[in-house]
Amino acid sequence: MTSDSRLSTIIAIGGRLSTMAADSSSRNGLLQGTLDMLILRTLLGCPAHGHQIGKHIQRTTHDFLQMQHGSLYPALHRLEKRGWVTANWETAPDRNREFKYYRLTAAGRRQLVVEESRWKQMTEAVARVMWPAPEEA
Amino acid sequence: MSWLTGNKRDRDLERELRADLELEEEEHRENGASAEEARYAALRAFGNPTVIREQTRAVWSWNRIEAWERDLRYCLRGLRRAPGFTVIAIVVMALGIGANVALFAVIRSVLLNPLPYHAPERLVTLYSTFNDANGKRSFMPIDAGSFFAWKSAAARSAEMAMISPFQGYSVSAESGQLPEAANAAWVTANFFSTLGMQPVLGRSFTQADDSPDANATAILSYSFWKRRYAADPGVLGRRIWLDARPYTIIGVLPESMVFFGPFAPSSIQVWTPVGHEAPRWLMTTFQDHEFIGVARLAPGVTRARLLSALTLVQAHIKAEHPDPAVREVVSGRSILDDVVEEYKTPIYVLFGATACVLFIACLNVASLLVARTAARRREIAIRTALGGGRMRLIRERVLESLVLAVCGGGLGVLLALGAVRWLAIARPDIPRVDSIHLDWVVAVFALAAVVLCAVFSGLVSALSVDSRRLLATLQETSRAQSGGRIRAGLRRTLLVLEVCLTVVLLIGAGLLLKSYSRLRSSDLGVPVANTLTMRFGVPEARYKTPVDQVSFLERVITRVRALPGVESAGLVSSAPGQGWGGDRLVGVVEHPPLPPGETIDMMVRGADPGYFAAVHLPILKGRTFASDERLKRDHVVLISKEAARTIFPGEDPIGKHIRINMGGDRYEIVGVVGDTRYSVSEPPRAMMYMPVFGNGYTNVTLVARSARDANALALPIEKAIGELDPDLPVSDVQTLEETVARSSLGSQFNSVLILGFAVIALVLAAVGHYGVLAYLVTQRTGEIGIRIALGAQRGSVLRRVLLDGLRPALVGLAAGLAVSAFLARMLQSILYQTEPLDLSVFATVASVLLLVALAACLAPAWRAARLDPMSALRTE
Repeated sequence: MTSDSRLSTIIAIGGRLSTMAADSSSRNGLLQGTLDMLILRTLLGCPAHGHQIGKHIQRTTHDFLQMQHGSLYPALHRLEKRGWVTANWETAPDRNREFKYYRLTAAGRRQLVVEESRWKQMTEAVARVMWPAPEEA
Repeated sequence: MSWLTGNKRDRDLERELRADLELEEEEHRENGASAEEARYAALRAFGNPTVIREQTRAVWSWNRIEAWERDLRYCLRGLRRAPGFTVIAIVVMALGIGANVALFAVIRSVLLNPLPYHAPERLVTLYSTFNDANGKRSFMPIDAGSFFAWKSAAARSAEMAMISPFQGYSVSAESGQLPEAANAAWVTANFFSTLGMQPVLGRSFTQADDSPDANATAILSYSFWKRRYAADPGVLGRRIWLDARPYTIIGVLPESMVFFGPFAPSSIQVWTPVGHEAPRWLMTTFQDHEFIGVARLAPGVTRARLLSALTLVQAHIKAEHPDPAVREVVSGRSILDDVVEEYKTPIYVLFGATACVLFIACLNVASLLVARTAARRREIAIRTALGGGRMRLIRERVLESLVLAVCGGGLGVLLALGAVRWLAIARPDIPRVDSIHLDWVVAVFALAAVVLCAVFSGLVSALSVDSRRLLATLQETSRAQSGGRIRAGLRRTLLVLEVCLTVVLLIGAGLLLKSYSRLRSSDLGVPVANTLTMRFGVPEARYKTPVDQVSFLERVITRVRALPGVESAGLVSSAPGQGWGGDRLVGVVEHPPLPPGETIDMMVRGADPGYFAAVHLPILKGRTFASDERLKRDHVVLISKEAARTIFPGEDPIGKHIRINMGGDRYEIVGVVGDTRYSVSEPPRAMMYMPVFGNGYTNVTLVARSARDANALALPIEKAIGELDPDLPVSDVQTLEETVARSSLGSQFNSVLILGFAVIALVLAAVGHYGVLAYLVTQRTGEIGIRIALGAQRGSVLRRVLLDGLRPALVGLAAGLAVSAFLARMLQSILYQTEPLDLSVFATVASVLLLVALAACLAPAWRAARLDPMSALRTE
């Protein structure tokens, strides 16, 4: 199993679950929501360009989630279009070149909170099914 | 809009991707990879940059416009790359759409548009007919006696008015204007109010105007007022001299006031009250049919009810007046049908033909698109394999044909504009031909035609891409034939349809052409070359006595005969081919009385003694009139050969006497002359000629023959008449050749147009045959090469390929002949001396079609038979 298919496994689960999640009215469902959440969380610390974001997610998950560029860039542009991030060309401090830096907006911060709580609800729900609490068993 | 800023965003994305890709590469290098390894690793990590670009772009395109725009650009590029295909397809579509739009505009303006009267759907024109009448004779003019009886009997069911549209006046020269002959109509006082028309200037006729003792009044048509009086509003109350008598102008009609119909001339310029104009006896007789009735149905009354009520009245009249000339049946039709009835069939036939052409055009474009699709099926298969959606492929095909159809439609509308303008010049006889224009309904029709063409041809070609066979297509080598055969199969089906329609068109054209040539070669009875005719009337107000009138007529003909260039000249009341001209019910004095209900109807002409020699109408027996057989001694006649044959079978008519039923005058037969036709398309009828110098003739046709161009005589003759009486207008100056041409104008027009359409269809079918077979041969080059290499005879290869190619033509021909045999009956009413199932036409069309198909298939088949097996097998 490659790391790519691992991501898509999660996404697929999310996709199937989304029909159960009552408040999941986002038209792209959890599939994009999950990746969007990861990106927004990554940008919470400081602005970053696409490559950095991808690398950060990869490193933080110890290469469990390997960013597919085919999903990353569309996701970044989607977030930009929804106004959750803004983008600017800025010179990188360590390289003497300009990169397109994405920065979280206030709306993006709020969205992150929403996504986070939704994700938490979902994982808790999954967990309750998978590992029932001892007192209930 | 996102797609407007698309380019900037594309550049931005490009830059972003490149920057990140370079960074990835740098990092690999910093980790110790070689430059090349680093680049490959980076590319691997990044995946397919095109896909990333596509998907990221897709984020921004909210709506489909961008996708459509991209497809459109793609498709335009494709079309530009195949200019031959594009031009042919557009021209084919333009012809089809243009012809249909033009015909639709004609149908709308001429056949469907309501007439400009108030509530025209409640108006009925009234005619009468005999019990056993059929076809053309079921709507014949009526007599005033019957009309007034109907009017009083059915006063509650309808308001009825009467018109005699056959009249004419000589308008005298005054205040610098030339004299002219004006078409005129006598109408009852309520005529205009029945139609719901009001004069734009002055007043309509009143009951007081419509009587023999009233002052003479006249109403002018708008165009006559504008032309002759420069639209002067002060014209009311002024005097106009008609036939040298003074009339007071009391009104001017609106521009929209026109009265059409099979008996009305195209433009009536002067209107006068019938009660004042017509002789008293004409207003009460049941035997002279000079009028047409117009009725406005009261609410709740249907046309059928009115007609059956009137027919009852007419039955009483017939019972009281058992004269053979009195009719039994009242016939009538809606006023619109009255105007357009005789144009309906030809126009709908033409529309059918243009619809066929459009359908063939669509089939051809579809076939071309299928061919293109087939040629690009590898590309399409690869795109489908890579995830190109089927919808997108269909969308591309439909878009492609939409672009073609839109261009073709635009060009077609221009063509239609030209065609409509040309029609107004070519067919001035069609009523309301001037009013044809392309309005928004026509525009909607054009748009619908464009969309229909696009969807039809686009879908046919799109559906020819069979996605289930994609893999096979990809695996296919040029040696495998199955794929190619399936594509060609679809095109063959289209071809069969196309050939079928072409055959229908060809047969229609063939029948009409044959009918036209029969019409053109039909013999008027006199030689038509170099013969000029013109009409004039002797005003009774100026030439009061018959002696004055005759001496004037004689002065004219003597003067004209003396003119240089005039070989011979004569006077006749109505020249051959120039119309009905009048008839009388007669009996023969020496014969026992006819059984009741039977009549002899003879055409009547007045002629001067020199007329027969002048027009080369042979005197078969007896003599022409003597110079003193005139005025008081004017009761002698010559009868036509047809009259002698039918009325005096086996006896000598000379010396016998003909009695006119109305009035009872007896005429002695002094001679027999050859037959003439009153209309090119009608057979000769029994006719008698009486002296024009007498018998009350004041309106005559002068016939003059010249050794050379007869038109050159027109001016000298008009001048000569003008010298004798400067107030006398001459009208209807035309040669007999023009007369014949004019009466076969409709036939010529229909046959030439449909022939044109048929030829277009034939060319398209030939191109289609060539295309399909050439494609098949190219597809099967390898197979044929192998066959030849294995010893197949070239002759048998030629035969096989040829038969293969001709099959659609044969099937289509059989279907087309069957369909034509069924449809040809609809042409019956516009065919002249031609049977709808004319064997020679069917046989000619079949052989022409086969020859053309053979010619189209011969080249590819020949190429197949001449294949060099070695080079054929190498063209893998």
